[in-house]
Amino acid sequence: MTVSSFDADERGWFGGAEGFGGRFMPEALVAALDELTVAWQEAMADPTFVAEFEQILREYAGVPSPLYLADRLSEKVGARILLKREDLNHTGAHKIRNVLGQALLTKRMGKTRVIAETGAGQHGVASATAAAYFGLDCTVYMGSVDTKRQALNVARMNLLGAKVVAVDSGSATLKDAINEALRDWVASVDHTAYLFGTAAGPHPFPSMVREFCRGIGDEARAQVLEQYGALPDAIAACVGGGSNAIGLFTAFLDDESVDIYGFEAGGDGYDTGRHAATIYAGDRGVLHGARTFVLQDEDGQTIESHSISAGLDYPGVGPQHAHLADVKRATYEPVTDTEAMDAMALLARTEGIIPAIESAHALAGALRVAADRPGQTILVNLSGRGDKDMGTALEYFKLGETE
Amino acid sequence: MSVSTAFAKAKADGRAALVGYLPAGYPDVQGGIDALLALVDAGCDVIEIGLPYSDPVMDGPIIQAAAQKALEGGVRTKDVLRTVEAVAATGTPTLIMTYWNPVEKYGVERFAADLANAGGAGLITPDVTPDFAQDWIAAADAHDLDKVFLVSPSSTDERIAMTTAASRGFVYATGIMGVTGTTQATAAGVAPLIERTKATTDLPVGVGVGVSTGAQAADLAAYADGVIVGSALVRALGEGLPALTALTEELAAGVRRA
Ligand SMILES: Cc1ncc(COP(=O)(O)O)c(C=O)c1O
Repeated sequence: MTVSSFDADERGWFGGAEGFGGRFMPEALVAALDELTVAWQEAMADPTFVAEFEQILREYAGVPSPLYLADRLSEKVGARILLKREDLNHTGAHKIRNVLGQALLTKRMGKTRVIAETGAGQHGVASATAAAYFGLDCTVYMGSVDTKRQALNVARMNLLGAKVVAVDSGSATLKDAINEALRDWVASVDHTAYLFGTAAGPHPFPSMVREFCRGIGDEARAQVLEQYGALPDAIAACVGGGSNAIGLFTAFLDDESVDIYGFEAGGDGYDTGRHAATIYAGDRGVLHGARTFVLQDEDGQTIESHSISAGLDYPGVGPQHAHLADVKRATYEPVTDTEAMDAMALLARTEGIIPAIESAHALAGALRVAADRPGQTILVNLSGRGDKDMGTALEYFKLGETE
Repeated sequence: MSVSTAFAKAKADGRAALVGYLPAGYPDVQGGIDALLALVDAGCDVIEIGLPYSDPVMDGPIIQAAAQKALEGGVRTKDVLRTVEAVAATGTPTLIMTYWNPVEKYGVERFAADLANAGGAGLITPDVTPDFAQDWIAAADAHDLDKVFLVSPSSTDERIAMTTAASRGFVYATGIMGVTGTTQATAAGVAPLIERTKATTDLPVGVGVGVSTGAQAADLAAYADGVIVGSALVRALGEGLPALTALTEELAAGVRRA
């Protein structure tokens, strides 16, 4: 396992105990988190585990994903736009890397059941897929608002053999699904692994999820050097909890010449207060086990986030991103619903690629950056494909008309 | 009276202490104060006031629903402190049980100072363990407040020793592996944890999570120094103050029956 200068210490602190991360969790789960930390570190040091993980990614998930020069788009914007095609992975997003890693580890630890939370259903579908692949029992928690919005993904999970539990508590969205999954885990931890869906939560999840996703950046860095002979001037990814972004960034963190951008969901516009731009808002707090930036009121009650993209609609963010923002190694900016949807349509029409709305945020942000960087190379992580978003697109663009 | 004195008094009477929990602001701030005062009158030795929080991972459906109602009613951290002041004025030791973020947001030092000024005894912190509580430990020590940390059936002996060494007031042993108000704790189930905890400390050990009836209180009181009841009281309060008083009296009789 190669390290960057921005890794956590052994207690999960990014930037020391005054920084971000750590483990703010019920004592009931500490033994399990310690066990997981040890098992994960032993697995990563075991060449058999690493080889098996790589083989599954290659033969089952379609990894490495290609690095693609978006020619027509590049011409249009006057900068070279390279797309890391995670949308071509099995199940349609980068998320398959994380769940295959965690599920393989679950097998190694001898646990028989996995639980997961999901917002839009992407991580739920990926978890159900990995559970089917490894023969594990799978329960997915999903806010009842989301089970209604994303009925098709509920059906996919069902077909894959997973049990989907609708969560009515709180705001009945992703954060409440995480709470409910944690409650399940407190009662089931002896035989159950929690497949956390993003690079957030208590130590070791932010680091472990990063390591399972870092192939995105490791591959992209090698691909760009091989295909173009030089590092990109800038890289960009969307940031919900932060797994695809940290997966891309990690390989480039110590490349000082590469500027790093994370794009958060700006929703209706940052100034309207209806957004999910957690890092941009910059308010420190503790949510779901880590000190990080949190959308919260004066009393520390979590505020609901807003975004057209369910995968970015989360009021917290992974602690390593909070740290990278704090030490200014990466820049985080909001991208509005409108900017993202425009980028989605643009990519569809210029390149014949329909991106996930999450990924469209990364692209929209990259295009904004490109305007100030004529002729430069910008590498964008296209974290997922847009099939799951066609319902939203249909409504937003008033599609489905015939002539 | 301090929490440790309340436990010592119960012990001198040859019984376990009864610790009663209700969230502040449920059904509203004054209604919550009235309910907590009813707990005191009906025989609770120590009071635990929940600070309603948007993301309560250790709570089952009953407490979640009550806390959510309190938040929808607009309860603020300052209302929780006001509730503490009203209850602590009875002389019954009064702790706040809170998830960490509201304390961190309020300012740890400021929270400790205001809690001490309100006559509060200290905090029970379900999502902070001593190894991540340096700020709270320092503030509690500066303001002479109790630090009630939790131990769980899954805790290793090393972690139990680390936890009890950092605790003051009592040690909170979770009776089951689970959240509040779901499964029932049994004496046989928690006895090993109580024994392992007592092997590391002279502090009293209270058992909570999974206790709801007088019979159970009696059963557990044979092993533990205190019995902590939450969800069952919240449910009773949902039916009204007479139901709350009746259940509290049943539980108070239970801890005297062991
Ligand atoms: C395609 C895609 N990209 C990005 C995300 C956001 O998650 P993260 O920030 O963890 O990469 C999601 C989440 O569902 C997603 O489906």
